[in-house]
Amino acid sequence: VPADADAELLAPLRAGDEAAFCALVDRHAGAMLRTATAVTGSRAAAEEAVQDTWIAVLRNLHRFEGRSTFRTWVFRILVNRARTLATREGRTLPFSALSGSGPEEGPALSPAQFDAAGGWAIRPASWAGLPEDRLLARESMDLLRAAIEALPPAQRTVLRLRDVEGWSAEEVCAALQLTPGNQRVLLHRARTGIRTRLDEYLA
Amino acid sequence: MGEPDMTCQELVETITDYLEGTLEADDRRRFERHLHVCPDCREYLAQMRTTVRLTGTLRSDDLSPAFRKRLLDAFRGWRRGQPDPPAAG
Repeated sequence: VPADADAELLAPLRAGDEAAFCALVDRHAGAMLRTATAVTGSRAAAEEAVQDTWIAVLRNLHRFEGRSTFRTWVFRILVNRARTLATREGRTLPFSALSGSGPEEGPALSPAQFDAAGGWAIRPASWAGLPEDRLLARESMDLLRAAIEALPPAQRTVLRLRDVEGWSAEEVCAALQLTPGNQRVLLHRARTGIRTRLDEYLA
Repeated sequence: MGEPDMTCQELVETITDYLEGTLEADDRRRFERHLHVCPDCREYLAQMRTTVRLTGTLRSDDLSPAFRKRLLDAFRGWRRGQPDPPAAG
């Protein structure tokens, strides 16, 4: 059983404790809204999916057996609900990589970076001289946020859960119903894309 | 029989498997052997680690007060529909 920081709030939640509910909402609802927006492509549908999910969580909490983490269980409900809503509204799911088909093919970093033998044609410029306060400057962080926003939805969702929210690979696979291989490909493409954007700015 | 050397491009495309600890043992050996002799790929790996670290400093964003209120109202609606807990004593 994975360590689950939410576990101690579940008994109070079941008993109707509002503070427990608020703590769980503050912990997870932001990431839920982002994920649902990526799945549905619509803010309104995402809000509906998040609200429906919390109601489903409250109604079904007695059935949660702790075989996954609480947040994994919640996100599974969320992703299913978001897909249903998106389908009902006749949206084409932008999240096709999460619905079973494989992620994008081909190398994540442009092959133009390499020569015919697979060596660097354009050598990476060094970041080593960059002071930490330049990296963490507001402008760099704004660029980073924008680069994440510009990723395709499935890559963005995986990257945010893994690298912003700090989830494990296993949790992300279970929550988004991805194979370990697909999860890694999406993470790889996302991180590679973000590094390229940062490099264009920093180097 | 020697394993074929890893190219820079191959290293770049297996870097996430390396960081995730999911490379097969022989590929991991090839990866690390290449890294040992290639300063450009060491730089690239350091940049990927920096990218992950910077991303980790982003905060997950707060809910709007209006949407938080909407969830709280949904919670209160659910609680009203619950049977009262048995009185103590």
